[in-house]
Amino acid sequence: MELDVRATHTELINRPSQLRLNWYRFRKNPLTLIGGIVLLLFIIIAVAAPLLTPYEPEVINMENRLAPPSMSHWFGTDEVGRDVLTRIIYGARLSLGMGITVVVIAGLIGTIIGAFAGYMGGKFGQIIMRIMDVILAFPTLVLAMALTAALGPSLINAMLAIAIVKIPAFVRLARSEALVVREQLFVKASKTFGLSDIWIIFRHIIPNVITPVIIQVSIDLGDAIMLIATLGFLGLGAQPPIPEWGTMVHTGWEFFMEQWWYATFPGIAIFLATVSFNLLGDGLRDVLDPKSIR
Amino acid sequence: MLKVIKDRMIMLVFVVFGVSLITFLISNVIPGDPARMIVGQRASQETYQSIREQLGLNDPLIIQYFNYVKGLFTGDLGTSIRTQQPVLEDILSYLPATLELIIIAFMIAIFFGMIIGVFTGIYNNTMIDYIGRIFSISGVSTPIFLSGLIVIIIFYGQLDWLPSSGRLDLTMARPPTVTGFYTVDSLMVGNLETFRNAVSHIFLPALILSYVLLSTVTRQVRSSMIDVLNKEYIRTANANGLSKWTVNVRYALRNSLIPTITVIGVSFGSLLGGAVVTEIVFNWPGMGKYVVDSIGSLDFPAIMGFTIVIAIGYVLINLIVDLLYIFLDPQIRE
Repeated sequence: MELDVRATHTELINRPSQLRLNWYRFRKNPLTLIGGIVLLLFIIIAVAAPLLTPYEPEVINMENRLAPPSMSHWFGTDEVGRDVLTRIIYGARLSLGMGITVVVIAGLIGTIIGAFAGYMGGKFGQIIMRIMDVILAFPTLVLAMALTAALGPSLINAMLAIAIVKIPAFVRLARSEALVVREQLFVKASKTFGLSDIWIIFRHIIPNVITPVIIQVSIDLGDAIMLIATLGFLGLGAQPPIPEWGTMVHTGWEFFMEQWWYATFPGIAIFLATVSFNLLGDGLRDVLDPKSIR
Repeated sequence: MLKVIKDRMIMLVFVVFGVSLITFLISNVIPGDPARMIVGQRASQETYQSIREQLGLNDPLIIQYFNYVKGLFTGDLGTSIRTQQPVLEDILSYLPATLELIIIAFMIAIFFGMIIGVFTGIYNNTMIDYIGRIFSISGVSTPIFLSGLIVIIIFYGQLDWLPSSGRLDLTMARPPTVTGFYTVDSLMVGNLETFRNAVSHIFLPALILSYVLLSTVTRQVRSSMIDVLNKEYIRTANANGLSKWTVNVRYALRNSLIPTITVIGVSFGSLLGGAVVTEIVFNWPGMGKYVVDSIGSLDFPAIMGFTIVIAIGYVLINLIVDLLYIFLDPQIRE
């Protein structure tokens, strides 16, 4: 009898905490780690932008236009003599900030709508889902293009358009989870206590559907950054002289055969940011959703 | 089977109504004035009013929408403000270029995606797996305008091996239109020179576009290969001494194709979006370039028409995928 107790005791001590287990899973995958490090660098760059460069992102210097990469301008200069590296550094603030904002907003709205649709069910849920189906009937980029075209090209409208195309995935996800949670005892108990539906949705349904939503947010981040940059490239996103990466590629495009650095470096920045978000999203999915581990 | 078709058809009706309503409302909320765009700033008030009357802009919104939907069912998508042509005619004339690009990109992506997927699946968590995964995750993360720019600089700018824009050399006569695909049409009349020229033009854009889809295919094949390879019947097959090829290809690959098809069908949409960017990068005269030009001149009938055509096409593709799925998986067919 005593032996038994001791065995359980040591077992308890040796059992890794959930956090350490997660950290282990996270570390185990070198690709995730690389993604995380690159992303961390981007965030540091974005935060410390003014400290990293002696130049201003929007100050024009016509005498030094389209200068090739050199010691004083590592990534060269653009058609009005602005330092390309400086603009990329300041652009990190925009691209990362916009990407995160858009996905988090879409995730919040989508989760709330989905939780309501799942919890209420019935006709209400059906109507919501049909509306989402209509939005999902478009390739995301095409819908985002149509929306920005209609709203007028600008940074805010591009963000709005991307948020709209991102919402349905969250609604579906939250709804399908909410359908399960709704049937559980604690929800039924809350109902018999006479608690309001709104209270139940915000206190019980949403906290219980949040994990898959977070995974989806992390996966969507890379895609959102890419969409913002693509709209910028098509001339539908941020307008010059805003140092948005996609917009920089757009204006640099006419020079790329001769002055390759102008369009190439912002393009590489978009690639690095997107790839690190995607690697991290994949890794996060493995950590938070052990079922998906291979 | 019939139920699937019925569901998708109901879906299609919903989509057409929803999409037309959304695009119609948006294009009527914005301040632009199509009549003014047509007649120009200096036209007299009379011409301006008669154009407004002609376009039906003086009717109440609900009537305008009703007329628009009525037109949809007869294939009338309105008249483009920019080209002054019926929108449907415009779209149909640009459609083959886009389809040709997408189909070739699709074939490249599936071919290489399956190969990489199978290998990364079999050699799960080895160096081969990591390299394959980096290669494929780069695919979704590389903006088309970056990869396009790089290959244009290398293969056109430096090496001068391949052209960087258009479907044919400017001096080259178009092949007679049968399918609208220059590669196919030129072969049909046996014109090898035109064929070679068309292939050299489509090679880079199709390759760049395929890279977007490649990662999706690779990822899906890989994860379902891993799934299937852990099944008991694979162990049995191995224990029975069947060759590696038979086990991996005839048993594992075949069974991992079913989930792959769904994913491919869904990601066809990303290919449509990618085609828009590819067409801009390579100056490819397809629907994507048409719509971006239309957006530039606030040509709303054209933008709406394009959006609706794409949405309908997307739903139809999903229908085909569903049917294919039923066809491939006998368990669902029952």
